[in-house]
Amino acid sequence: MPRRTDIKKIMIIGSGPIVIGQACEFDYSGAQACKSLKEEGFDIVLVNSNPATIMTDPEVADFTYIEPITPEIVEKIIQKELPDALLPTMGGQTALNIAVVLAESGVLQKYDVELIGAQLPAIKCAEDRLLFKEAMREVGLDLPKSEIVESLEKGCELSQEIGFPIILRPAFTLGGSGSAVAYGFEDFKEKLSWALSESPVNQVLIEESILGWKEFELEVMRDLQDNVSIICSIENFDPMGVHTGDSITVAPAQTLSDREYQKMRNAAIDCIRKVGVECGGSNIQFGVSPHDGRMVVIEMNPRVSRSSALASKATGFPIAKIAAKLAVGLTLDEIPNDITKETPASFEPSIDYCVVKFPRFNFEKFPEVEPILDTQMRSVGEVMSIGRTFREALMKSIRSLEIDRYGLSDPCHEIFSDLHGGKLEEKIFESISIPNPDRLWSIARAFRLGFDFEVIWEKSQIDPWFLSHISDLVELEKNCKVPGLLEDYDSLRLLKENGFSDREIAAIRGVEESEVRSSRYKLDLRPVFKKVDTCAAEFEAYTPYLYSTYDYEDELKDMKENQSIIILGGGPNRIGQGIEFDYCCVHGVQAVSEAGFESVMINCNPETVSTDYDISDRLYFEPLTLEDVLEIVYREMPKGVVVQFGGQTPLKLSNSLVESNVPILGTIPDSIDLTEDRERFSELLKELHLTQPPSGTATNYESAKKIADSVGYPVLVRPSYVLGGRAMVLVHNSEELSRYMSDAVKASSDRPVLIDHFLEDSIEVDVDSISDGNEVLIAGVMEHIEEAGIHSGDSACSLPPYSLGPEIVEELKRQTRILSKSLGVVGFNNVQFAVHKRQVFVIEVNPRASRTVPFVSKVVGIPFAKVATKVIAGKSLKDLGFQSDPLPKYFGVKEAVFPFKKFPGVDVILGPEMKSTGEAMGIASTFGPAFLKAQEGAGCKIPTKGRAFISVRDEDKAAMIPVAQSLLELGFELVATEGSYKSLLSNGMDAEHVFKVKDGQRPHIVDLMEEDQIQFVLNTTSGVQSIKDSRSIRRTSLLRDIFYCTTLSAARAAVGSLRDLDKNEITVCPLQSYHSGKFH
Amino acid sequence: MKINNIDSKPAILALEDGLVLEGKSFGFDIDAEGELVFNTEMTGYQEVLTDPSYRGQMVVMTYPHIGNYGVVDGDEESDNIWVEAFIVKELCRRFYKYNSVKDLDTYLKEYKIPGIEGIDTRFLTRHIRENGSLKAVLSSIETNKDVLIDRAKESPGLEGRDLVTGVSCKKSFFFGEKKSRPSCVAYDLGGKRAIFKQLSERFDLEVIPCSETAETVLKKGPSLVFLSNGPGDPSALDYIISNVKELLGKIPIVGICLGHQILAQVLGGKTYKLKFGHHGVNHPVREVTGSQVDITSQNHSFSVDLDSLPKDVEVTHLNLNDMTCEGLISNELRVCSVQYHPEASPGPHDARKLFDFFYDFCLSGKCDS
Ligand SMILES: Nc1ncnc2c1ncn2[C@@H]1O[C@H](COP(=O)(O)OP(=O)(O)O)[C@@H](O)[C@H]1O
Ligand SMILES: Nc1ncnc2c1ncn2[C@@H]1O[C@H](COP(=O)(O)OP(=O)(O)O)[C@@H](O)[C@H]1O
Ligand SMILES: [Mg+2]
Ligand SMILES: [Mg+2]
Repeated sequence: MPRRTDIKKIMIIGSGPIVIGQACEFDYSGAQACKSLKEEGFDIVLVNSNPATIMTDPEVADFTYIEPITPEIVEKIIQKELPDALLPTMGGQTALNIAVVLAESGVLQKYDVELIGAQLPAIKCAEDRLLFKEAMREVGLDLPKSEIVESLEKGCELSQEIGFPIILRPAFTLGGSGSAVAYGFEDFKEKLSWALSESPVNQVLIEESILGWKEFELEVMRDLQDNVSIICSIENFDPMGVHTGDSITVAPAQTLSDREYQKMRNAAIDCIRKVGVECGGSNIQFGVSPHDGRMVVIEMNPRVSRSSALASKATGFPIAKIAAKLAVGLTLDEIPNDITKETPASFEPSIDYCVVKFPRFNFEKFPEVEPILDTQMRSVGEVMSIGRTFREALMKSIRSLEIDRYGLSDPCHEIFSDLHGGKLEEKIFESISIPNPDRLWSIARAFRLGFDFEVIWEKSQIDPWFLSHISDLVELEKNCKVPGLLEDYDSLRLLKENGFSDREIAAIRGVEESEVRSSRYKLDLRPVFKKVDTCAAEFEAYTPYLYSTYDYEDELKDMKENQSIIILGGGPNRIGQGIEFDYCCVHGVQAVSEAGFESVMINCNPETVSTDYDISDRLYFEPLTLEDVLEIVYREMPKGVVVQFGGQTPLKLSNSLVESNVPILGTIPDSIDLTEDRERFSELLKELHLTQPPSGTATNYESAKKIADSVGYPVLVRPSYVLGGRAMVLVHNSEELSRYMSDAVKASSDRPVLIDHFLEDSIEVDVDSISDGNEVLIAGVMEHIEEAGIHSGDSACSLPPYSLGPEIVEELKRQTRILSKSLGVVGFNNVQFAVHKRQVFVIEVNPRASRTVPFVSKVVGIPFAKVATKVIAGKSLKDLGFQSDPLPKYFGVKEAVFPFKKFPGVDVILGPEMKSTGEAMGIASTFGPAFLKAQEGAGCKIPTKGRAFISVRDEDKAAMIPVAQSLLELGFELVATEGSYKSLLSNGMDAEHVFKVKDGQRPHIVDLMEEDQIQFVLNTTSGVQSIKDSRSIRRTSLLRDIFYCTTLSAARAAVGSLRDLDKNEITVCPLQSYHSGKFH
Repeated sequence: MKINNIDSKPAILALEDGLVLEGKSFGFDIDAEGELVFNTEMTGYQEVLTDPSYRGQMVVMTYPHIGNYGVVDGDEESDNIWVEAFIVKELCRRFYKYNSVKDLDTYLKEYKIPGIEGIDTRFLTRHIRENGSLKAVLSSIETNKDVLIDRAKESPGLEGRDLVTGVSCKKSFFFGEKKSRPSCVAYDLGGKRAIFKQLSERFDLEVIPCSETAETVLKKGPSLVFLSNGPGDPSALDYIISNVKELLGKIPIVGICLGHQILAQVLGGKTYKLKFGHHGVNHPVREVTGSQVDITSQNHSFSVDLDSLPKDVEVTHLNLNDMTCEGLISNELRVCSVQYHPEASPGPHDARKLFDFFYDFCLSGKCDS
């Protein structure tokens, strides 16, 4: 069936900001869908609030709306664009949920928009756990015993029938939000009420536990002619009970016989047909009993997903791209397989390697929560690796994670080395039976200590096939210590074939990594590169999508020197390093090709656009460690390597690359080093007559106190050996300082603590610039909404600045220029400033692409990462036509999005340590609406009426008054706790008094919030005790979706934008119009 | 150390074109020769090993981990292992599953079949893809490579050889229950159990040796004659072709795989050898007149030449990868056949409905006798 001609304009909805459970895999799928439909000649209208995506690049779609993904806004866009069809399956749960709302409220019908890809009944059948179960029963598929409950009472009653443990799963949520395992009745009651509140339809499935069963996923595609094929099977290393997003997973399935696999395949086909997903990709999860093979269906996702991105990367079959084509009527047999060219897409990929996906966690950012895994997803990113065996792939995935582990060596052996006998056994059993991010290493430890295979199997319930490989790897560790290993080709090769990195061998052996490497080179023991080709070599592959392995044949042929430029990617997503860097890498790759070189991408993150084999001339799906990069450089013989796009990951490698004589393009690594070295950096600033907050370095309490006294409290303290704002704490007095020095960091002479004077009440500013070595282009000056002290990644910001005067902006630009020049920057440079009482302080310089590059590019309308790449490749800014700094005539505001909901109990208060996972952008002709849109895009709708609760610290009391005044004028009623209440009254304002929780009288503020009596919360605190006291307020706001501000500046901006809103209605406008100046 | 194959004997795989690969031996310690083919399925090794169609061939599995679920009672396709040798990247020597009874190494030893592991199977696969199926010798005894290459060159290969006689049953027997349903007589040319099972679910099935005469078959008076899959060169089976010719037009005849190739020749067509054959479970097959694509299980080294078929024979199915013939029909002569394996085992069940078609086809009209 050829493509449909009755539709012309198609709307695609993205997934919005990156959150746990919904990450950049949807940028990958959405960008593919846009490209693929544009290729077919359709006009594309795109909606996504996330500026860090490739899909929101103005050339990807025809009409790009970076607007909040809410029903009201999307309706406005529909009204304006009048698309013929809506493709809702590319933007995760967000897009699907919006599509359901728009369909049910009649909006789609009103504007005559057809849903394509998945129809409403199919979406509902797959998403509504009850309908789904019924449908599965009708086609004879087995399911865990379960009941749907809509109230606590009913749940308690039914729990007795099902028996504990019980699995709770709320309907219509993503990443398992609100889902849990209850082991007993009390536990159950608590978890059920939370789960009920998490589900937008107050519906929770309570289900028979099949904890410990084997978990599988199948990626299925169907076309409008009802042809169905399975793209990939995935087996979870962690058995049922750990969310698939948090499980180590392996493709293809390893332990199913053909008979069992076909049974699952048939079930998947029956499932997609019954649910009625008429075309596109779906993901279906199964549980299989290890005792008798009983197979049950767990769930289906009627859309592309994290797993489909993984499956696409694992097989080379681009699920989203094909799904988009199927949605417009093409059939699988009409679409060619890109990789083989001659064969069609209607087949099932066969792979001849093993793929391991390993999740990346960030529990260290939330010390209040225990790092335990269950049915709710908590990982923030993932890596994928490819090897010819499971062991090789597993070892590669470990070193891809960037958690400073390079194999199975014991990371926590100190904890265990003190334990003996029964205690040790108990601790080991605990660490392998309760799922946690370190479980793999615990299992290895158990093998190393000689525990019985059967016991480890029983305790972990992990399939023995996997365990046997871990046991083999542990066994092989002994070989690392054998004398003469480094001169013995066969022995060293055995280790390399099993995935042992040079660094791991060196660590076990007690030698330097470089020694292992040079011995290996002497033996001429090198990996080969093989292709990912969808067909296990049955047909020729035309796409250079490569992985390294210690096997025999190398498929990289005819490599020539100086032809290519390598861009190092950003590795796994984690807090502090996300999709923004992938955005830069993708642009880098594209610009390298535009500049006439062969572009080479190295990355290991399967969620990303950069690891789409379509993007670069050669893609190496490899860990970003020195060893792996050097092997690629050795074969590529590139003109150079670019390290400034992938964030911290490649930057960390730059010195060692230089030592290995690898040419680095752009800013020289020594300058990067200089900015990270406190002393050298201070000297430079002094030379340039630029100011830094006063600071010092201390190794014990006495010296710390001295420094703090001299620089003045409050001070910011952090251990020098931790990067990225980790463990950074604000200290107000000497007692807090003493506690910090003794408990928190255990400072010593080789682990000094850095102490900075904290600039209170100052405005933080980010400046992004590009330098060609002579000229400096200021790409954007971004004024933060939250004051300095809130990590730049967690703060909202405005481009252009909304309150800084022109002189300050000029001064910031001047300082940035001076810094770029003196550092010899070629490429990007990001400088963070704090403006304190109109004086400018330099906080930090990052001579690399920063988190804000995509945001600035989207607002300004210039692809700065491309500009930087061309500069790095040798062009001057003048060559590229840049004369003056761009200045948009409208406002872009970026707001951060936080994962607090996934971590019960953590405080939502912000500080110098970054906690956000994603961002949303608002754009409008003035600041107010842009800020409001950014808030809405980030999921915090600013209320326009109701009751505002105010409780601010003493320092803020005076400044709070105008905000309160505005709230009154906007029609809000005010509620306040004692101190704030008094200052409101004394300023002649009407307010109602409310008790603090610690006052011990009811109703207190949290009571009011729970009764939906509060719509707006302004709560600022400082000091350990008052933060503790007010935590329940913030937590309740979060859980009940009440709009809250934890800084006065944010409240000011919110109120300001409401005032603006009063004057005009929110309008929507595509990015392309802003850029061409036609946005009114 | 118990890991992997560390204690195994070295083994050599030598190809007729001079390529020599060294690995470790497993299975039975005996030399083997045969034609090399690669198989791209990721599961189903037990079915592959026991499929009589592999007689005369050494099978290279492209998926690197083989043997992961051990050997399961009931997953075999015949009572024997037929591959001449088994070639894998890495053999799993353990078995854990609740229903597995032994490990693959032991299984191969029991049936005296040798194997080699630890070689770059992707390289070997690409080599076969580029150069076509090649003859090879596997040995863990002889170490002189030149001797082995010469032996590979001298080995008989598949072409022109009757491999069917060696795998067919020696005496006829009934398969499954007799329930007074339409009867089917199936020539066992090396048939897979799954095929007989599918037939016996619909017919009263009698399986007969490959050399059974047309006269004997006619005497049995079946409603349907079935020609099974089997090994080797379809053009070397004159005795079967002439028997079937005598049945043509008298009883409806259907065939699968080798049976399909025989029928094509009976109808006047020719077969030819494919460069490296189709051995996998992911082949898209489309009805010539329809839009339905089945993902099919395939195992053949020869194919029916589309151009050689007479006008009155209709081609019903095509392989979308290379547009080769996957099925044919002659309503007039009451014959139809497919090249692929609708019984699956291993592989997808998409095409199992074809057995219903066989049933309807057999009953939907009478042949003049
Ligand atoms: N009945 C059950 N018993 C044990 N674990 C379960 C059960 N149902 C689901 N799980 C676990 O919970 C995880 C999340 O459940 P799922 O239905 O897939 O939700 P989500 O929509 O978040 O993906 C699964 O990956 C699985 O490991
Ligand atoms: N002296 C200071 N006064 C006020 N805030 C500061 C000071 N130094 C750092 N900060 C705050 O801490 C955050 C993180 O510090 P920074 O040095 O930028 O670390 P990172 O490497 O994590 O970006 C900054 O974004 C800023 O808000
Ligand atoms: Mg799931
Ligand atoms: Mg910073």
